[in-house]
Amino acid sequence: MSMTVFFTAIISSMLINNVVLMRFLGVCPFLGVSKKTESALGMSVAVMFVMVIASIASYLIYYYILEPFNIEFISTIAFILVIASLVQLVEMFIKKASKKLYKSLGIYLPLITTNCAILGVAESNIASDFATDFGVFQGLWVATTTAFGTALGFGLIMFAFSSIRERLEASNVPEVWKGVPISLVVAGIMALAFLGLGGIV
Amino acid sequence: MAEAKAKAAKTFDPKKAAAKKKGEMTKMANLTKGWIKENPIFAQLLGMCPALAVTSTLETAIGMGLLVIFVLTASNIVISLIKNLVPKEVKIPVFIVVIATFVTIVRMLTQAYASALYDSLGIFIPLIVVNCLILGRAEAFASKNKLIDSAIDGIGMAMGFMGALMLIGVSRELLATGSIAYGVYLPLPFEGSILNLVVDPERTWTSIFYIINISIFSGPAGGFIMIGILLAIFNAVRIKKAKKREAERQAWIEQKKKEAMERKRKKALESAGDAA
Repeated sequence: MSMTVFFTAIISSMLINNVVLMRFLGVCPFLGVSKKTESALGMSVAVMFVMVIASIASYLIYYYILEPFNIEFISTIAFILVIASLVQLVEMFIKKASKKLYKSLGIYLPLITTNCAILGVAESNIASDFATDFGVFQGLWVATTTAFGTALGFGLIMFAFSSIRERLEASNVPEVWKGVPISLVVAGIMALAFLGLGGIV
Repeated sequence: MAEAKAKAAKTFDPKKAAAKKKGEMTKMANLTKGWIKENPIFAQLLGMCPALAVTSTLETAIGMGLLVIFVLTASNIVISLIKNLVPKEVKIPVFIVVIATFVTIVRMLTQAYASALYDSLGIFIPLIVVNCLILGRAEAFASKNKLIDSAIDGIGMAMGFMGALMLIGVSRELLATGSIAYGVYLPLPFEGSILNLVVDPERTWTSIFYIINISIFSGPAGGFIMIGILLAIFNAVRIKKAKKREAERQAWIEQKKKEAMERKRKKALESAGDAA
């Protein structure tokens, strides 16, 4: 296992299979929290935090608890419970550790439970079966890297999209297209641009 | 006379509107509210992830819609049954576990009886758990209302969701391939395609249907753009309606003002007559 594996994992999960534009995960926060660049960045940092921890936790639970007992079919229930309680835990931890961080991230944390990107990455890590390719323990590193790359891709898109949206607010859009419809068309054009990145890896 | 009555019923009446808002919804209104007025996708923007991801063909859209109808109705029923047993602090986790249970059932059933659909929906079957629509209905409706009302609400809302998915699916598949296939993903005993617009299989430039093969609409970019277009159409209708209602309201206010003025003048004239 060389560094190329990690590099490929980051590039492919961040740019080629971008979480919002190519895989349609996390569209709700993408449309909901992208009106201001500041809140978009706050959301991205919170998502990165939870996504990495949640995918490590769900990977460990799947391979060390569910698989030995042959109860893989309850993985969805187990993962969503882990994510919901993790979000609660992270919120409590941040509240105790740093008041400043809590003020900037705290409002986004409850929203993350229903962010499909988190559960989506946890599920797709299991579905892409890193354990047979790299072994259970080394697969954990690949899964973590993938989660990190996905979160980076989410942050990139949130930042780009919120910057465009701030400009859109000031421009003269027909009344019918104002708000979400024109944003969706912008997102479509961004997705077209990302199609061009398909051949990198 | 009857015509005038019908017209009067159609024109704006604020008292009636207020009564409608305050009063209890009928069962029929409860069922149909999610179809257009509170449509999950076009009016509330809930559940956008599946609306973008599984609508590249009509069949996958129908499949996802059916799964959501089952999960939403079942979870609404169970949640309205246990609503008094659940402490307020752990409400959301309990609801999520209930929803996840039904999603697991649905996932196994799909895998067993419709494996083509299972493969094409892929990760979006377990992701029904975090569909904001389902948790939203559980929180906003089923945890406050009775069993039958909750079940009707679940069916109605999910039907609105399925209708929206089907509309997006039809438009995307038609623009992308020029026809609508059936029997590919759903376990139907027959397969083929309806509404085949590509009459010229060679697609030479002389064919009028040459343009109906915009393959971008089956990809991710087409999904975003198609929903944007449909939302804009939805908005246009809504804005037109709101303008009409506003004009009616203004006319009603003008009329009442005129009547009041008339009454005042009459009174003043009468009092002047008395004084004289």
